[in-house]
Amino acid sequence: MTNLLETLGKTTRASFAKIGRGTFFLIHTLTGLRDMLPRPNLLVRQMYSVGVLSFLIIVISGLFVGMVLGLQGYYILSDFGAEESLGVMVAASLVRELGPVVTALLFAGRAGSALTAEIGLMKATEQLSGMEMMAVDPVNRIISPRFLAGFLSMPLLAAMFSALGVMGGHLVGVGMLGVDDGAFWSQMQNNIDFKDDIINGVIKSVVFGFVVTWIALFEGYDAIPTAEGVSRATTRTVVNSAFAILGLDFILTALMFGDI
Amino acid sequence: MANAARSTQALVCIRNLTFLRGQRKIFDDISLAIERGKITAIMGPSGTGKTTLLKLIGGQLAPNQGSVFVDDQNVHQLKNRELYTLRKRIGMLFQSGALLTDMNVFDNVAFPLREHTHLPESMIRSLVLMKLNAVGLRGARELMPNELSGGMARRVALARAIALDPMMILYDEPFTGQDPISMGVLVHLIKSLNATLGLTSVIVSHDVQETAAIADYIYVLSEGKIVGQGTPQQLADSDSPWVSQFIKGEADGPVPYHYPANDYLDDLLCVRRYP
Repeated sequence: MTNLLETLGKTTRASFAKIGRGTFFLIHTLTGLRDMLPRPNLLVRQMYSVGVLSFLIIVISGLFVGMVLGLQGYYILSDFGAEESLGVMVAASLVRELGPVVTALLFAGRAGSALTAEIGLMKATEQLSGMEMMAVDPVNRIISPRFLAGFLSMPLLAAMFSALGVMGGHLVGVGMLGVDDGAFWSQMQNNIDFKDDIINGVIKSVVFGFVVTWIALFEGYDAIPTAEGVSRATTRTVVNSAFAILGLDFILTALMFGDI
Repeated sequence: MANAARSTQALVCIRNLTFLRGQRKIFDDISLAIERGKITAIMGPSGTGKTTLLKLIGGQLAPNQGSVFVDDQNVHQLKNRELYTLRKRIGMLFQSGALLTDMNVFDNVAFPLREHTHLPESMIRSLVLMKLNAVGLRGARELMPNELSGGMARRVALARAIALDPMMILYDEPFTGQDPISMGVLVHLIKSLNATLGLTSVIVSHDVQETAAIADYIYVLSEGKIVGQGTPQQLADSDSPWVSQFIKGEADGPVPYHYPANDYLDDLLCVRRYP
């Protein structure tokens, strides 16, 4: 019993301490963004490795998710004779939910884990400490550009995901299943609201980008500098990001669309 | 007082330093001084916190008690900006080299120059080539860190450490894991850099022969205390059992061969009782 209490207390204290470290880390990262303004090439390099290199997996996943939505949607909608609404269904599911959420999950797996492993290994090989001794703040030099790159890439990737998804849905619905082309687009145009659907989706992807990049960078920076420590940190990045994305998605959806 | 006379020209002055890691005392009230222009070695068995001492001097760790003065500035009371200004004048050679793995040799050496100066690229090029030439690796400038041998990586790191012409270089185990040739090269480099650039060098090491060959003054640490100090000659003649065990490399002595444990026989019997 005492042991249980002791463990509980220790775990609680450790998690609060970690939240505190994470918050300080975030503040440090955000203040570090100022030093980056005169050096845009740092950001460009990170945009490439965080954003551009994640592009392929996002585009392919988006296409397939859209194609599956087209298939599934068609079979259900055709029961009600409402095949023409396929365009709305695909587009609404993508821009409201699947675009931001699936992109964020893929982004955590592709870019987030890479960031954690990179930072963790830099710590393990004393590169961060070496920079500190060269009077270069590693957070400003290494973390801040990566943070901004992740934050900016996520909404762009989510937009690409949704766009490719709609194309996938069109490919299957119009190309293979014979839904009317004009109805597909016009229904979509009439029923998808710019503010309610698209802007809310973008807000979601911005929030997810912020949180996933923060988690990934902090886990790397806070990793125990050994092979095992880095591997655990990478796992934690993916798991914690997934929880954060899904939890925040519920909260954001409730705030945006629910009457709670 | 010999010590008082020394401290007036000391570049680094450590006073009554105590440092705990968890419950364990890494340093227990130690004081030492590192003179300007000299090569000072801090020696001791592994695990005595020699690297920790360098991190305390560089301000990466803060002591539990006591103070560290570098060039008459109390390292742990400096503001962040002042600490960074001080660090620009200190070079540190890490055991692993700590080269940035996403840049080649040239960019690694250029890194501190590009971060801290606004020199034109042509001047940076000349400076980097001069530093690389000093360590004999001008021809290796295009290589990536993973293409370097351990000894070469350490020499590149040394070139980077002297890039900003520091007043002091901290060497963390510079000789560990080197073949005899690279070891000889490093010994020679440390000695000649110290003389030609007018540096102060602090070497943390447990390689007795190499360190004794170039050090002007040696401190021997054990279990958080300074157990011996003096010139290499004085230490070789020392009758302190700690110092002589370390210098002669004996397995058992004041530093016990065994990690603290229960009685051997009891331990074995317990194994038999609870298989």
